[in-house]
Amino acid sequence: MIYLQLFWSFLQVGLFSFGGGYAAMPLIEEQIVTRHSWLSMQEFTDLITISQMTPGPIAVNSATFVGIKIAGIPGALVATFGCILPSCILVIVLAKLYFKYRNMQMLQGVLGSLRPAVVAMIAAAGVSVLVTAFWGDEVISFFGTNWVLVAIFLVCFVLLRATKLNPVFVMVLAGVLNLGGTWVI
Amino acid sequence: MKKHVILRKLFFSTLYLSAFTFGGGYVIVTLMKKKFVDKLHWIEENEMLDLVAIAQSSPGAIAVNGAIVVGYKLAGILGALVAIIATIIPPFVIISLVSVFYNAFRDNFIISSLLEGMQAGVGAVIASVVFDMGVDVVREKSAASDIIMALSFIAACFLDVNVVYIVLVCAALGVVRTLLQKRRRAK
Repeated sequence: MIYLQLFWSFLQVGLFSFGGGYAAMPLIEEQIVTRHSWLSMQEFTDLITISQMTPGPIAVNSATFVGIKIAGIPGALVATFGCILPSCILVIVLAKLYFKYRNMQMLQGVLGSLRPAVVAMIAAAGVSVLVTAFWGDEVISFFGTNWVLVAIFLVCFVLLRATKLNPVFVMVLAGVLNLGGTWVI
Repeated sequence: MKKHVILRKLFFSTLYLSAFTFGGGYVIVTLMKKKFVDKLHWIEENEMLDLVAIAQSSPGAIAVNGAIVVGYKLAGILGALVAIIATIIPPFVIISLVSVFYNAFRDNFIISSLLEGMQAGVGAVIASVVFDMGVDVVREKSAASDIIMALSFIAACFLDVNVVYIVLVCAALGVVRTLLQKRRRAK
């Protein structure tokens, strides 16, 4: 039963994430945090962080991580299979159609309307990541704010916008800054 | 060239690319082009561009989609399967190991403090990506796109609408918009 749930959840992640990269993030959050509570928001944020530092797509990394946590290696296999199954079918169908008609006007039109929504959904997932970082599981309040992390966030954001530093390097720097900060305080 | 030679080469090339590519699907697709077009000359440049377009327009991870189109092009369904398996193995093995260490080390003071700081860092990375993507959407100068973006954000962030519904509604909107444009052009 748990295998079926894992398969079905990650099938939806694979089927509805358009645009690659971070596009899968809001769908994964919906399935594994909001709907099934397989991970806490804290663990989910850790997972996104780890995904950024290891090779492989976020969706496949999450399927493996959540699958193992919930149902061991078989769970990871089932979840990963669910996550890539829609791609296997749709990519091959699209490739066949494309080589036959060489016309993707409708697909381009649909993707054009999806793009702004994808940006918005990634932004919303980013907000939940930051809320978790700044306030943890507490209610959002001025005095409950982790100001060290707010400062680290601002420093990192400025670094990313103003320099060409590698994002992975900036993330590691954020970790080290926080370690240093907690030591001092 | 014999088929098993192609399959073996496909397997190890894809495995290598998947194991050592940091930075997401777009990077891996570029490296695939380098390998299969510029180095091995198995695929023509123009055709590769079309394959990449298909990989990017289909749902799912772009690295996986890229492996499928290249594998399928080179050796049919079997080629696609071989390429998928080779793409999946590295992240599967690495994350399996990480998940063991994660459970053992999450409560360690140094690790948890590093991870906590990195949460703010990954938040900044996401904010920066959203900034770039958002500017691209605004530059389209299309009121419809801006409204879709604003409403989707409110729905996902404040109203807790399931994101699957947002995707479905926007896809349906895209179909309607494309049909209207076609009709206008036909007149």
